[in-house]
Amino acid sequence: MDVMKVVEGRQMKERVPEFRPGDTVRVNFKVVEGGRERVQPFEGIVIRRKGGGLSETFTVRRVTYGVGVERTFPVHSPRLESVTVLRRGDVRQSRLYYLRRRVGKAARVKEKRKK
Amino acid sequence: MPKGILGRKVGMTRLFDEHGHTVPVTVVQAGPCVVVQRRTREKDGYEAIQLGLGEQSEHRVSKPLKGHFAKAKVKPAQVLREIRVEDSSAYEVGQTISADIFQPGDIVCVTGTSKGKGFAGGIKRHGFRRGPMAHGSKYHRAPGSLQSRDAARVFKGRKLPGHMGAERVTVRGLTVVGVDPERNLLLIKGAVPGPRGGLVVVRDQAGARRKKV
Repeated sequence: MDVMKVVEGRQMKERVPEFRPGDTVRVNFKVVEGGRERVQPFEGIVIRRKGGGLSETFTVRRVTYGVGVERTFPVHSPRLESVTVLRRGDVRQSRLYYLRRRVGKAARVKEKRKK
Repeated sequence: MPKGILGRKVGMTRLFDEHGHTVPVTVVQAGPCVVVQRRTREKDGYEAIQLGLGEQSEHRVSKPLKGHFAKAKVKPAQVLREIRVEDSSAYEVGQTISADIFQPGDIVCVTGTSKGKGFAGGIKRHGFRRGPMAHGSKYHRAPGSLQSRDAARVFKGRKLPGHMGAERVTVRGLTVVGVDPERNLLLIKGAVPGPRGGLVVVRDQAGARRKKV
């Protein structure tokens, strides 16, 4: 599968921001709006990272006005400007789907304590 | 001019286009192929070129084939396939054909052998609907009624369970999104028949339509 790496490597980002499921992040994603490009931030908890190589994606969940919103971003998308970690989460699962069933206080993620 | 090349499917991934949109892509290791023989209208009744792909070690090649390759003065190839062309005199025996005959934006047809599914039921093979799996139902995935009572027989061609896949499939109208002449790679938008490593024939649309003369 060496050939696949070559093909994917051309579009892969050299530096990928480090974050894990459970982290609270701010995603700066470029959107084209009326012919103009602007950066649209999206803030929430990372509930999964999926796939590998160029196809890797992550999903960010947040609750706005009582409605759960999840957005999935490709890690290597040229439209993904930056991901900043606001809070490190302490979680045991790699897929935090259980957050979907929870609301309010129960839907919190513990903060990771520095050692 | 119809054109085509032999290749092997490497795998699928996705790429980003200039807008940052995701494009599903199949990577095909296409060629380099050698022209082993020319089929002409006078001699064979049709125009085509025979292409060889890959290298085969000497002891695996049968004597008749050895002679065939020796005649063309080329190294024994792993696979031989013919590709229809309008005029085979445009090609020379021994000539190499590589992936750069295609350009990004070309529309191509890809022929391959689909993945074998074994003996498959009507639901998987023909898209039949299934019955309820519970609530006392005993009609789960069976094909159901085969024919009307009046006919008192089953008409030929009735869709039933049977062997599925592992057949020749051509997918038409795929777009070439990238060509790597150095590594002989074709990046084709969408899916291509067969498993990874499977033989595929990539032709342009005109070559696949194959006009009758």
